[in-house]
Amino acid sequence: MYGQPIATCVLGHIRHPEEVPRLLTRAYRFPLNSSRVPVGEPLLEVRDVSLRFGGITALSEVSFTVVQGHVHAVIGPNGAGKSSLLNCASGLYRPQAGQILLHSRDEHGAASTHDLAKLKPHRIARLGVARSFQNIELFSHLTLLENLMLGRHVHMRHGLLPSMVWFGPARNQEVRHREFVEEVIDLLQLQAFRNHHVGSLAYGIQKRVELGRALCVEPALLLLDEPMAGMNAEEKEDMARYILDVHELRGVSVMLIEHDMGVVMDISNRVSVLDFGRLIGDGTPDEVRANEAVVEAYLGAD
Amino acid sequence: MSEVMTGERPAAASGQDSSSKTFPRLLTERAAERPKDVALQEKLYGIWQPISWQEYAARVRDFGHGLASLGVTRGAIIAVLGDNRPEWLIAEVAAQSIGAAVVGIYPTSLDEEIIHILSVSKAKVVVAEDQEQVDKLIRVKPMVPHLESVIFYDPHGLETYTEPWLMEFSSVETRGREWAEGRPGWFEEEVAKGDPDDVAVVCTTSGTTSRPKLGQLTHRNLLSMADNLTSIDPLGPKDRFVSFLPLAWIGEQMIAVACGLSRGMTLSFPEDASTQRSDLREIGPHVMFSPPRIWESMLSEVQVRIDEAGWLKRKVFGLGYDIGDRVAERRVRGQRIGVGSRVMQKLADWVALRPVRDQLGLTRIRRCYTGGAPLGPDVFRFFHAIGVNLKQIYGQTEICGIAVVHHDDDVRFHTVGVPIPQTELKISDDGEILLRSPSVFVGYVGNEAATTEAIDADGWLHTGDAGYLDEGHLVVIDRAKDVLTSADGTRFSSAFIENKLKFSPYVEEAVVFGTDEITAMITIDAMTVGSWAENEHLTYTTYTDLAQKKEVYELLTDEVHRANADLPDSIKVRRFLLLFKQLDPDDDEITRTRKVRRNVIAERYADLIEALERADDSVSITNTVTYQDGTSVKRTIVLRIRDLDGYEPPKHKNVRPVWSGRR
Repeated sequence: MYGQPIATCVLGHIRHPEEVPRLLTRAYRFPLNSSRVPVGEPLLEVRDVSLRFGGITALSEVSFTVVQGHVHAVIGPNGAGKSSLLNCASGLYRPQAGQILLHSRDEHGAASTHDLAKLKPHRIARLGVARSFQNIELFSHLTLLENLMLGRHVHMRHGLLPSMVWFGPARNQEVRHREFVEEVIDLLQLQAFRNHHVGSLAYGIQKRVELGRALCVEPALLLLDEPMAGMNAEEKEDMARYILDVHELRGVSVMLIEHDMGVVMDISNRVSVLDFGRLIGDGTPDEVRANEAVVEAYLGAD
Repeated sequence: MSEVMTGERPAAASGQDSSSKTFPRLLTERAAERPKDVALQEKLYGIWQPISWQEYAARVRDFGHGLASLGVTRGAIIAVLGDNRPEWLIAEVAAQSIGAAVVGIYPTSLDEEIIHILSVSKAKVVVAEDQEQVDKLIRVKPMVPHLESVIFYDPHGLETYTEPWLMEFSSVETRGREWAEGRPGWFEEEVAKGDPDDVAVVCTTSGTTSRPKLGQLTHRNLLSMADNLTSIDPLGPKDRFVSFLPLAWIGEQMIAVACGLSRGMTLSFPEDASTQRSDLREIGPHVMFSPPRIWESMLSEVQVRIDEAGWLKRKVFGLGYDIGDRVAERRVRGQRIGVGSRVMQKLADWVALRPVRDQLGLTRIRRCYTGGAPLGPDVFRFFHAIGVNLKQIYGQTEICGIAVVHHDDDVRFHTVGVPIPQTELKISDDGEILLRSPSVFVGYVGNEAATTEAIDADGWLHTGDAGYLDEGHLVVIDRAKDVLTSADGTRFSSAFIENKLKFSPYVEEAVVFGTDEITAMITIDAMTVGSWAENEHLTYTTYTDLAQKKEVYELLTDEVHRANADLPDSIKVRRFLLLFKQLDPDDDEITRTRKVRRNVIAERYADLIEALERADDSVSITNTVTYQDGTSVKRTIVLRIRDLDGYEPPKHKNVRPVWSGRR
């Protein structure tokens, strides 16, 4: 409805205000969550996943389920296999055994399931699994806006030629995607940095851009790899707030990996604990806190 | 009583006469004259989204109907609690259209302040911005029984709220359209019924000493002020204004609403608090009115950035600045500028001054004003030197924010100028400034006693400020009750000395104590001192750590010494200490408009003040730090006290120019 002004500005001439539809509500127009699986039903099932690098076992028979509508944290000390698990789910690693099942529904409600362990990364991205990286993987010489527009890439469908001359449907499509991106910028309060080169931004902001780019994929499931790593207490709280906003306001299911237990326990509905590639705990934050094996893994046995 | 001074209406500028109109009528006129021109624009989603005068009027009409359907009647007051957005103004003019008034609440207000304003104004309807403000209202609602509906305009996060009295702004507009269906002509009648003497805006007075009072200003009050001000400093439909200071503040109402509607200016609303500066630069306003802190922070920004520049740029700017400064000195006195100076000035402007104005977003500015608190003469000088016509405004909420202003060719930095047209000024026998004009307010809401105290039988407004006339210009000393007399009989005020100290880029706030021996408590400016420390290869962890560094003390000693140079001997600062934290409105130490609450400071930091008085070497203070995980520790901080007795600044150092934080 109020998409028009963006188009007018992209074209460089401002149309008369009367022709521009009036902006009457500030509500977001685009859903961020693309999964149609009903809340409370399994969204991602990790089944007996094992991953070895030569003689080293990174993951052994790990199983747990991420439920739609949850923030699901996977925690564990350094080297527990958290990132390996995430890399399996996003197709960067291929586990030797086990399945990672993503459930989805089409517009008529018909269920289907894909085994992510057997798919290529770009296919997984098309299924709506979006991720951020522990070490920031942004295009540092592009602006924040361009980085987020790249996140929309999987949704862009037009031929090479129309895109190059920026004509007809290709242009309309780009305008629509820009609107989507602007809503993400608004949600994550990145307005002040819109046209900054990402490389020049503070670390905490770059992490937020990472989250933003993953959201631009319009995820069915958002995978976050240590979103708070290397942050100070204030930045961590900010990030926790944004993750909660993404989850509560926009209904996106999140699976996040973190080795700092503090903040994660406050924002997660469910926590799985890995230690040396094994699942040693799985439950609500309170259950996990009371789990002796977890306490031992974190604090060390006396 | 001494003579009465009257601001003359200049013969040439007859101007328009809006004082017999009302805001809604002015909006109707603007919408008829220039339906397609942009009245308001807000940056949203990265684009300036325009609202034309026609749309503005249509939305005011819809929302006005909506308010009527919610039971808002003639004579009532509605409250608005939020940042500057088009909806703020739409709500304001809509309320005025149906004969109601609006009271603005600062968006940073705490529950207690909100309860106070809502109970005094008896507002039935509050227009709030977002989830944050709605949450506050949900908390205070049980304490304000007459509050019936809350209308929000940013629905994010409010989808799951089930309170039946919560409504979205656009749904109230829809409701208004439906309500209007059976009542053709009703709205026009209501607008026509509006009298210029109806209360239009209720502004809170900044309560440094007590709870804010709610001053009622009529359409005539505000519009005669707009007429009088613009007869000296014309504004027109082509002018742009960026609205980023709280609309609850009279200063913003005065320019954005009163001058905006009567002269048809375009108002722009920044996207977010974090983008204010860049949005200001994009718009390039023609007029600005800001309290001193905005100008001070612009100067600090220039100082920091120039200090980061290479030596060549510093040199060029230094040369250009000196030329600009010389020319400005003649200009503000109304003296003729020679041809040679003009040429040099153009050159300096081109290479050095205009780029700085551009960075600050002040390239188009014709006039800008400072008010609400005194501004250091050096800051004034800086802006005039770079070619920005900055002028002082003096006035209270009770007189629509302005009674006295500098004229363009007669800007004296230590005065506040001369009365605007139709304004009479006199100094009472005990030195109080008295003002009389058509803009004097009609009284405080529900506080007859305070009203009769403020306005006497002859219509003079008792400002409570002490001042004197200096060659026809008004000089304000301070609040009459704050004026002190030093041991040798010099009349001064603490704020006078504090402002001298605050002119240093490294000083954020200063509070001085004593009359015989002046001592000061200073909070350092984290940004400028931080960047200085970085430059000096000084490592520090927190604000507290930085403030207690030996080197920082040395730096500030030098700054205090500089400030002392401008002060008579009897009121020079003898000793000071650097406080371990910044003053915070949430701790009640400073008001929302950043005026220090001396009584709170005096109570909370009594130990420090006594130690300063006793001339101790240091003083320790315990404070409680609460960590994230909920644990807290008490820590003891030792604050040093620096005595300036016998201090001689190191000889080899050059004098720091106004525009630099470096020597």
